[in-house]
Amino acid sequence: MKYRSPLSVARGLGSSNDGLGHWWVQRLTALGLVPLVLWFVVSIISLSGQNHQQVVVWMQSPHHSILLGLFLVTGLYHANLGLQAIFEDYIQARWLQLSARIGASFAAILLGFTGVFSLIGLAFGG
Amino acid sequence: MMKFSLPLNSRVVKGKNWAADENSSNVRKFNIYRWDPDTPDQPRVDSYEVDMDNCGPMLLHALIKIKDEIDQTLTFRRSCREGICGSCAMNINGTNTLACTLNMSDLPAGDVDIYPLPHMQVVKDLVPDMTHFYAQYASIEPWIKTQSPPPPDKERLQSPEDRKKLDGLYECILCACCSTSCPSYWWNGERYLGPAILLQSYRWLVDSRDESAGERLNDLNDPYRLFRCDTILNCTRVCPKGLNPAKTIVDIKKLLLEREI
Repeated sequence: MKYRSPLSVARGLGSSNDGLGHWWVQRLTALGLVPLVLWFVVSIISLSGQNHQQVVVWMQSPHHSILLGLFLVTGLYHANLGLQAIFEDYIQARWLQLSARIGASFAAILLGFTGVFSLIGLAFGG
Repeated sequence: MMKFSLPLNSRVVKGKNWAADENSSNVRKFNIYRWDPDTPDQPRVDSYEVDMDNCGPMLLHALIKIKDEIDQTLTFRRSCREGICGSCAMNINGTNTLACTLNMSDLPAGDVDIYPLPHMQVVKDLVPDMTHFYAQYASIEPWIKTQSPPPPDKERLQSPEDRKKLDGLYECILCACCSTSCPSYWWNGERYLGPAILLQSYRWLVDSRDESAGERLNDLNDPYRLFRCDTILNCTRVCPKGLNPAKTIVDIKKLLLEREI
C-alpha cells in the first residue's frame, strides 16, 4: 500500500456497476409489506382465542394462503436485503462478512421454501 | 482479529491545565485534543483557560489567541477566517463545523471540547490527514468532460435555469465536515465516497454543459461507492454552508433509476 498513489487507492477496482437493483427492490418490497403486515397483524388478532383446527381451516382458504405466502416471501426477501446491507456496513473482516451474507441468504431461502411448501401442503393436503 | 482495547494512540489521557491570569474575570475553558507524532506520548486533552473579555467572538479567535498567547505548540489549520476555504473544520462540542464561522455565543455555556474531524488519521493535534478524501474527490473527475469542442469565439453557454440547478452544489468548500460525521463513511470510508464527494459528483451530473453523465453514473453505481448511504442525514445536519448532501445522494439514485426504468 505504501507506494500506491492515493488516487490508485481511491479508485480501487472500479465500479461494480451494480447496487441500484438492491436499493430499488428493497424499497419495492418495503412498499409491498405495508399492506401485507397490516393484514397479517389484523388477522392474527382476529384469530386469537381460536383452536388449532379453526386456525388450520382459516389458513386453508385460498385468499389467506396466497396472502400468507406473499407475506412470507416478501418479508424474507426484504429481511435478507436489509441484512446484506447491515453486514456490508458493520463487518470489516472480509471472510466473516461474506459468511454472514451467504448464511443469511441461505437461511432466507430455506425458511421461504419451508413456509411456502407448508402452506401448499395445508391448502391441498389439508 | 478481536481486540478488546483500543490501540495506544486512540486512548486519550488528561493533559496539562493552562490556568488563566488571576485578573481575568470572564474565563472560558477550552479542552483541546493534542497529539504529537514526534513524541511517543499518547494523545491527551489539554485545558486552556481563556480571558473572553480580550478575545474575538468566533471560535477561531480563541484558538489563535491560545496559540499566540498561551501555547505556541498547538497545531491547527486555518486560512480565510470567513468560511470559504474549509481549513478550520473540526469537531467542536461533538459537532463538526468550521471554527471560523462558529460564534462562541451560540455554544451552550461552559467548557468547549475541541477534537479533530472524527475517524480520520491525525497528522498532529487538530490536523487530520485529508489525502484519501482529496483522492476520492479526484477520482470522480470533477471537471467538465465533453466530446464537442468548445465554440471558437466564446465560452460554453448555459441558460439561467440550468445555472440555477448548480445552486446548493457549487457552494461546497470540501471542508469534510459532512463526510467525517457520516457513520457509513467511518465504517467504509476506503470505498464509500461519502456525502461531500457525492455532492460534488452530482454537481457535474446536473451541469448542462457536461457531456459525460452516463459514464459518471456508471462509476457511481456501486454498493460501496454510492449505496452505503443509509440516509442518516448527519451530513445535512452539520454542513456549515447549509447545503443538503443527503438530498443530492437521493437525486443521484433517482438518476440511476431514471435510466433503468
